[in-house]
Amino acid sequence: MTHLSKSPWILHYDASSCNGCDIEVLACLSPLYDVERFGIINTGNPKHADVLVITGGINEQNREVVKNLYDQMPDPKVVVAVGICASTGGVFRECYNVVGGIDCIIPVDVYVPGCAARPESIIDGIVRALSILEEKKKNPAPGRAAMGGER
Amino acid sequence: MILPEYAVLFIILAPFIGGLLAGIDRKLTARMQGRVGPPILQPFYDVGKLFQKEQIVVTPSQHFYVLSYLVFIVASGALFFAGGDLLLVIFAFTLAHIFLVLGAYSSYSPYSFIGAERELIQIIAYEPMIILAAVGMYMVTKSFFVWEIMASSLPLILYLPGVFLGFLMVLTIKLRKSPFDLSTSHHAHQEIVKGVTTEFSGPMLARVEIAHWYENVFLLGFIYLFFAWNPLVGVIAIIVAYLLEILIDNTFSRATWKFTLKSAWIIAGMMGLVNLGVLYYLSGVVPV
Repeated sequence: MTHLSKSPWILHYDASSCNGCDIEVLACLSPLYDVERFGIINTGNPKHADVLVITGGINEQNREVVKNLYDQMPDPKVVVAVGICASTGGVFRECYNVVGGIDCIIPVDVYVPGCAARPESIIDGIVRALSILEEKKKNPAPGRAAMGGER
Repeated sequence: MILPEYAVLFIILAPFIGGLLAGIDRKLTARMQGRVGPPILQPFYDVGKLFQKEQIVVTPSQHFYVLSYLVFIVASGALFFAGGDLLLVIFAFTLAHIFLVLGAYSSYSPYSFIGAERELIQIIAYEPMIILAAVGMYMVTKSFFVWEIMASSLPLILYLPGVFLGFLMVLTIKLRKSPFDLSTSHHAHQEIVKGVTTEFSGPMLARVEIAHWYENVFLLGFIYLFFAWNPLVGVIAIIVAYLLEILIDNTFSRATWKFTLKSAWIIAGMMGLVNLGVLYYLSGVVPV
């Protein structure tokens, strides 16, 4: 096991969530759940992050933002879609401005169901993402490094 | 005399002590907030992970500046523990931070620009007090050399109580603790994304972190100088000072840069200069 799964730093982005899932994500940081005991830190900086946690679906306003955040994260990285809107678009998927779930813009590794997703299932989703993170370190996908080295 | 073996010991041991201190710091902080907190070795896991990450280079000159920051922090700490000239130590220490500021400026990012400006303001805020501390030690021991200050049998803390309090104040700035963690902060605190370190990622961020560990050990060594006449009291003073910093970190909200600059200078002026003035007038009365 590498150090990757012992110190996952999270970037939390609210795509077009109703704020329900966001409150549950932040509840994970509270003394009751205290995700820092797993070394999980909520960073505000994509360049320091390992796990991208997105709540809410993609709309026309944020598709570029989500793409940009994902591209700025250094490899290896994983994406966790929290809540049903982030997974599929949820009740908003038929809206004229909604594109759909996160996976129509960037590859998603773990889907956490729920409306709103419970803190326990969010933590479970992130812990599952960590084994995928280890896997990605062992078998790196042809990303930036293979395409032409440093940016 | 100058003892190079202590410099070597510092270079080898300081990252372990610094990382362990950071781990204890995070654990205590978590306990103060009613949380379980990360393992004590968490800072080492973090740095280990950062070395395994991809290095995103925003500008190639970043490498040079970050490496220079690390090298000069290590050099100033090594010079200090070898017993070298305190003024040279302080100048090398300041130069190291100038390299960090240049590294942040080199990336054309608005977030790291603001972080760099705030780091400069912090340097302006704490620098007078650190130099006053060196001058105060000179006035008592008649030497700028760390080994001569260490060898002095005079209890420096009794001659320089004001200077010591002023130094504790700037220590809060240097350890990147609230209320003065303006330019960048540790733990999970955020400020303008991540201030000076915003554009550093992967191994580069790990080097900044290791430099910070070296820096913390050096600063705690500086506290020891005030108590050098009695090693036991010195070690207790270091522990109490660090616990006090953690308590301050968890008690206060972040201050504005104006308040930081004003309070740092006012306290440096009130505590430091008055202390030195009194020492000057009493120089015929007290044994120095």
